[in-house]
Amino acid sequence: MSLAAASADTGDTAWLLAATALVLLMTPGLALFYGGMVRTKSVLNMLMMSFVSIALVTVVWLAAGFSLTFGEDAGGGLIGGLDHIGMSGIGPDSVQGTVPTLLFATFQLTFAIITAALVSGAVADRAKFGAWLVFVPVWALLVYVPVAHWVWGPGGWILEKLGALDFAGGLPVEIVSGASGLALCLVLGPRMGFKKDSMRPHNLPMVMLGAGLLWFGWFGFNAGSALGANGLAAAAFLNTLAAGCTGLLGWLFVEQKRDGHPTTLGAASGAVAGLVAITPSCGSVSLLGALVVGLTAGAVCSYAVSWKFKLNYDDSLDVVGVHLVGGVIGTLLIGVFAVDSMTGGAEGLLYGGGLAQLGKQVVAVVVVAVYAFAVTYGIGKLIDVTLGFRASEEQEQTGLDLTVHAETAYDHGVLGHGAPVSSSVVPHAQKVTPQA
Amino acid sequence: MKLITAIVKPYRLDEVKNALQELGVHGLTVTEASGYGRQRGHTEVYRGAEYQVDLVPKVRIEVVVEDADAEAVIDAVVRAAHTGKIGDGKVWALPVDTVVRVRTGERGPDAL
Repeated sequence: MSLAAASADTGDTAWLLAATALVLLMTPGLALFYGGMVRTKSVLNMLMMSFVSIALVTVVWLAAGFSLTFGEDAGGGLIGGLDHIGMSGIGPDSVQGTVPTLLFATFQLTFAIITAALVSGAVADRAKFGAWLVFVPVWALLVYVPVAHWVWGPGGWILEKLGALDFAGGLPVEIVSGASGLALCLVLGPRMGFKKDSMRPHNLPMVMLGAGLLWFGWFGFNAGSALGANGLAAAAFLNTLAAGCTGLLGWLFVEQKRDGHPTTLGAASGAVAGLVAITPSCGSVSLLGALVVGLTAGAVCSYAVSWKFKLNYDDSLDVVGVHLVGGVIGTLLIGVFAVDSMTGGAEGLLYGGGLAQLGKQVVAVVVVAVYAFAVTYGIGKLIDVTLGFRASEEQEQTGLDLTVHAETAYDHGVLGHGAPVSSSVVPHAQKVTPQA
Repeated sequence: MKLITAIVKPYRLDEVKNALQELGVHGLTVTEASGYGRQRGHTEVYRGAEYQVDLVPKVRIEVVVEDADAEAVIDAVVRAAHTGKIGDGKVWALPVDTVVRVRTGERGPDAL
């Protein structure tokens, strides 16, 4: 990030304002995507885990996260300094590159938010809401922030020392959320009835709506990462569209061959897998590369989601199968498909760059995955031992919506899905005591 | 009098209601139900994982009619609910001893 520009460019600023709003929309989109995949009894809890992540991460980011990620490197490329704690020293006139620093900070904040929300898919249906409220801020500071500094921060070791590439967040967003999700679902253990009870998605139209909003927001995520309204943003935008499409087709192709049916959940999952994989690579691969990245992710992730049944870990909504695996595919394939016209230097295996870039990508993937898994596992265990991370059996059986939030998403016991058969209204705050 | 119970596919409910109205049947009770017959439900696939869905949604329609009308009512329900595909449902009839209209205390056929 260059600090050379004296004032912000209006075109770049306008685009990044829009892109920031697009990325923020991804988290409510994710809430619907995840919410539709759980059972009726915990859909509100699933939505809440995403929405509350917006609130928690925003507060933590403004307090310290931004400074620790994008502040002057505090040594070794491992973490940023404390100069901008509480956003101190940054005002409306501060500029980062060609955009206001406050806008750059907000854009980056939306990435931290969705990464935290992504993790919740691994613990759907069974996490204590109070434990989640503690987990998110601690995890954001200890896991997301350091990795984001390594990749994008000034002096960060992955970009500046190692030379691995990650345009829009394959390492800090996709691989971190996937590895963290795996760690948390191991801490919590499988849902009651895992592999025995039917846990089919309760609302596939909601899943499709959420996937659509995610895809829409993803253009801000990837094309916004160019940090300017320019040709690189356009290339990232088109690569994002292309990879989402081939991801969708790849997943459906596998389903048709394997199960005999192309499903809506498969289409949504395939598109997301393609988008996950193109996230790190959208700013460095050719259009042909983007098509292959999406197709590979769609096909491979559709197999990866079944690992949980074989290996016996209950990653409820496949954060590992889609985000970790998709993120690894996209980050590694940079080493194959990177082109000079996009990267301005680095080239992949197919374009004459040899194995050098691929080797750097492998190191980055392994270090980030191991770090995110280990630290998240530690945080999860600590919360589990002290506060308890897992909801009680009764809560899980009855459903978290009713037992945690005192709400239910749907009025059951209605005919033809129409008006309730009967209902009564009780004035607010008045408790109804059953008569003896 | 006879109690006629029909378990049919939910989307045939309107057809059955209309057929009964045409016959002059004044009232009926409908309940959401689930169950299976010979077809034993169906299989659904989510992200490659197969789920056997045993209990499929049905509606249960109950109506009490005079003995003389019972056959005509059963025929009407069967015609209206019939699609020819597996899972169309069942209709059965049972004898009813007494019927009382709660509002007036009328008994027997007068209460229908």
